[in-house]
Amino acid sequence: MNIEESKDFLVSTASLKEVRVFSREVFEKLKLEQDLKDELVLAIAEAAQNIVKHGYKGVDNTTDRMQIKISMKDSELEIGFFDKGKAVVPGNVQHRKLDDIKPGGLGTFFIKQIMDAAVFKKDKKGWVNHLVLTKKIN
Amino acid sequence: MTYKVTEEGNVSTVFLNGEIDMDVTEKAKEVILPLVESGKEVHLNLKDVSYMDSSGISVLIESHQKALENNTKVIVKEVSKSVLKVIMMAKLEQILNLE
Repeated sequence: MNIEESKDFLVSTASLKEVRVFSREVFEKLKLEQDLKDELVLAIAEAAQNIVKHGYKGVDNTTDRMQIKISMKDSELEIGFFDKGKAVVPGNVQHRKLDDIKPGGLGTFFIKQIMDAAVFKKDKKGWVNHLVLTKKIN
Repeated sequence: MTYKVTEEGNVSTVFLNGEIDMDVTEKAKEVILPLVESGKEVHLNLKDVSYMDSSGISVLIESHQKALENNTKVIVKEVSKSVLKVIMMAKLEQILNLE
C-alpha cells in the first residue's frame, strides 16, 4: 500500500503526544505489525523531540510550526521532518556512548537503531532543516 | 501521565500511568527525586505506562544515580512490554534494578 500524509504541529513539548497520535493513525492504515509500529512511533517522536529540544533551545513559547510527512512507496517508508529552528550541522548530531550511563543523549541512538538511515537533506523547501528517516518495510 | 504514591515503612512506591515523554518528565522527577533524596527506597511501578521515550529513560537513570548518591535504591517494577523494549534498546536492563 502506498500512502503519503503530512501534518503540521506547533513546536512544543505539548505537541509530542499529537505527533504520536498522527503517526499511529498513519501506521494503522499501513497495517504494520504492532512491534514495528511502536518502534517507528518512537523514532518519529524522538526526531520531533530533537527539534523542540535542540532546534529551539532557549526559545520559549514559539509560534513556529514543524511539519512531519510520512510516505510509503514500494515498501520504502520515508519520514520527513521540516522545521525552522537553528540550522543543524549534521556532523554535530551524535548520541552518547551507551556505556557512559547518564541522563540524555539517547534519542538519536534510538532513531539510528530503528531506522535504516537518517539524513539531513539540502533540499529544504523553504524550511531551515529537512531531516529524512527511511526504512525498508518487508 | 498520572501517578499515585503509597508508603509502607521505608519504601515509597510510585505508580506511574500513561505515556511518559519530554512533556511530563519534569512532573515525574518532581514526584520521584524528593523521595529518593529523603533516603527512602523507591519502587517505580510501570505496569500502566504504555509508552516511554528517551526522556522517560533519562528519568529512570537520574533516579537510579540519585539513589546511589543517597545510599538507597530505586527498583523498577512490573515494567510493561513496550517500556521494557525501550529499556533494552538503551541496554539498561543490567544497570537499572528491574523486578
